[in-house]
Amino acid sequence: MAILASSNTGVIVQGMTGRAGTFYSDAAIRYGSRYAAGVRPGKGGRRHLGLPMYNTVKEAAEATEAAASLIVVPAHQAAAAMIEAIEAEIGLIVCITERVPIHDMVKVKNILNGSRSALIGPNSQGLLVPGQCKIGVMATDAAVPGRVGIVSRSASLTSEIVAQTTRLGMGQSTVVGIGGDPIHGIGFRRCLELFKEDSDTDGVVLIGEIGGTEEEEAAEYLSREKFGKPVVALIVGRHAPEERRMGHAGTLSVLESGSARAKCDALNRAGALIAKHADDVAPKLQNALAN
Amino acid sequence: MYLLEHQAKELLAGHGVSVPGGRVANSPDQAEKNARDLAGEKFVIKAQIAAGGRGLAGGIKFASSPKEAQRLAAEMLNSRLVTSQTGSEGELVEQVFVEPALIAETELYLAVVVNQRNARPTIIAAPFGGNLFEKAASETPEIVKTMTLPADGNTSSNEIQGFLCQFGIAGPALENAAVLADRAVRAFCDYEAVLVEINPLIITPEQSAVAVDAKVIIDSNALPRNPLLEQINFSVPMKPEERLARDNDVNFILLDGNIGVVVNGAGLGLATHDLIIDRGGKPANFMDIRTTTGSFQIAKVVQMLIERDGIDVLLVNIHGGGMTVCDTIAEALNFAYSRSSRKIPIVYRAAGQNASWARSIMRDRALPYEEFGSMVPAVSRAVAIASKGSR
Repeated sequence: MAILASSNTGVIVQGMTGRAGTFYSDAAIRYGSRYAAGVRPGKGGRRHLGLPMYNTVKEAAEATEAAASLIVVPAHQAAAAMIEAIEAEIGLIVCITERVPIHDMVKVKNILNGSRSALIGPNSQGLLVPGQCKIGVMATDAAVPGRVGIVSRSASLTSEIVAQTTRLGMGQSTVVGIGGDPIHGIGFRRCLELFKEDSDTDGVVLIGEIGGTEEEEAAEYLSREKFGKPVVALIVGRHAPEERRMGHAGTLSVLESGSARAKCDALNRAGALIAKHADDVAPKLQNALAN
Repeated sequence: MYLLEHQAKELLAGHGVSVPGGRVANSPDQAEKNARDLAGEKFVIKAQIAAGGRGLAGGIKFASSPKEAQRLAAEMLNSRLVTSQTGSEGELVEQVFVEPALIAETELYLAVVVNQRNARPTIIAAPFGGNLFEKAASETPEIVKTMTLPADGNTSSNEIQGFLCQFGIAGPALENAAVLADRAVRAFCDYEAVLVEINPLIITPEQSAVAVDAKVIIDSNALPRNPLLEQINFSVPMKPEERLARDNDVNFILLDGNIGVVVNGAGLGLATHDLIIDRGGKPANFMDIRTTTGSFQIAKVVQMLIERDGIDVLLVNIHGGGMTVCDTIAEALNFAYSRSSRKIPIVYRAAGQNASWARSIMRDRALPYEEFGSMVPAVSRAVAIASKGSR
C-alpha cells in the first residue's frame, strides 16, 4: 500500500500536449506510472506520447477508467481544469500549476466541498510513491521505496529530505507536496490521517513553514489521536521578517498568521519531534524509529 | 501588489466607499495648495509608502494650517521613512497625501480577506481602530470577530449590520458602516484583492462611516487577466534591486546583512535563512528562484547581488529538483562572475538533479568556490567568512 495512489492508479493529464505537460508526462511514464490518456480540447482522437487524446476529462475518464488527473495548464486556466476534473468525479486531482489567483481557488474549493474528489495543490510538486507511481514534477533519482511518509509545503525542501532519508537507508512510502499556496486541496491533517492507517508507513516527516494554520491543525489532530508513529516536523521561517512575504504566498496571512515558534510549540506539545534544522530531520526520525 | 494609500482609496471610492477626499502632493508647495483647496481647519499629511506602521514612525502628522501642511510635507518628502514593516533602510517618500482631518466619535477596525481555514471571503472587525488595534488584538484576541461570506462574496448590508451591531454602534451609524463594509467586500472580489483593510473606519459626529485609512493588496497572480486592473495605472514604488529580480522571475527580498544568498525554492530559502541567523550570520537577501527561470535571468540577479557594497561572501545552497536543476544555477554563477569584476568568495553546496554536472561547471570555469556536502557546514563556513569581512 501507500497513500492516495499506487502502481495500479490510472492517470490522465490535462494539458498534456504543452511543453511542460509533454516533458513531465514523459518523465512520469518512463518512471513506470500507469498513464492512460491526455486531455486537450481540440486534440481528441489524436495520440501524444503514445497515448490517446480526448477533448474532455469526462471522455478520457470514461474511456480509461483513470482514477487520477495531473493538471499542467497555465495559471489562468487552472481553475477551469480543476473544476472540470471535479465534475467528472476524478478521485485524485493533482495540480502543479503555480500562480493560480486566490479568488479562483475560492471558487474551486466551493465546488470541491462535498464532491468525490481529493485535490492536491495547486503550486505543488505532486505525489510520488517511489517505485510505483509519480503524479507530479519532482525528481525521482534520490527516491527509493521505503517506510517514511513525507508531507510538505515546499518542493525544494522535500527533495532535500527525500535525499536524506534515502542516504540513511529508510526510503519513502509516499511523498506528498500539498503546495505552497494559501488556499489549496488536502493538507497536513488529512495526510496524517492517511499515513496513520497506512501499513507501509512507519514514521512521518512534516515540512511546514510560517503562515496559515495548517501546522496548528495538524497539532490539534496529533494531540487528539493516538497516532502511534513518530512524526518529525521541520518548520522553516523562524527568522523571516514579519509582514514581508518570503517566497510562497501561503507565508503571508493576515488572519491568524502562525509564527514558526507557535507552530513548533503546538506540534511539540502534540508529541511531534521538532527538527532543529534541515540536516537534523532524517537522523531524528531514524533515531525515533530505532527506539 | 501593495497599493499606496491614495491608490487604495481611489479604488475603494470607485466602489462607493466614503473616503476623506484627499489630494496627492509631490512638493511642499503643492501640499500647501492642496490644504488650501480642501478648505478645512485641520489637515492630515500622510507619507505615501508601500508599507504599514507609518503612524508610529512619524509618517502621519496633523497640520492646523496650509502653511504647517507645507512645512510637514517638506520634512517628509524625499526622506526615508523607516517603519516596523520597511526594513532598516526604510522607504523613500516621493509623495504625501493631504486630507482633511475628521473627528471620530467611534473608531473600528475592518478588513476583508480569504480565510485559509474555510477558503471563504471573510470580514474581520474589531471595536478598536488605528494604532490601538494591533495591541488590543494581541492582548485580547477575542475582541476580533469574523463574518464568513458566501464564496462569491454576495451578501447584504442587512446581514452585515447584524454582524457589526456587536461593536456598540446603532442607528444610522450602523447602517452606514454596513453599507461601507458591503462595498469594501465588492471591491475585494471585483479587484481580486488578497487584503482590503480599513483601519480605522470612523463614525463621524454626523453618523457617517468613513475609511480614514485604507490598505489594499491586489493578488499579483490576477493582474494579467483582470480588465478592471488594467485600467488603473498603478506604479508602485519598488526597490530597484527587487524590481530587477522580479523582472527576471526571481523572488527576492533585500535585507541588511553581508551574506549574499542564492537558493532555489521558497522552503529551502527559508530554511537557509533560519540557519544563517542561528549561526550568527546576517543574510543580505532572501532568494527563491522560480522553477521556470533560466540561467541568464538568474545571472542578472546574482551579478546585482555580488556587485552590491557590503557583500562579503556568496552562499549558494541549491537542491536540484524535477524543475530547477543544479547546472542551470552553476551556469548562472559562471555568467555573473564572468561579467563582474568583483570576485567575492563562493561557499557552494549543491545536491540533487545534475549536481555532478554543476560541479564540473564550477571547477572548469575556475570560480572562486569552496564546496561542502551538506547545509550546516556550508552555512557555518559562510558565516565565518562574513564575520572576518565585516571586521
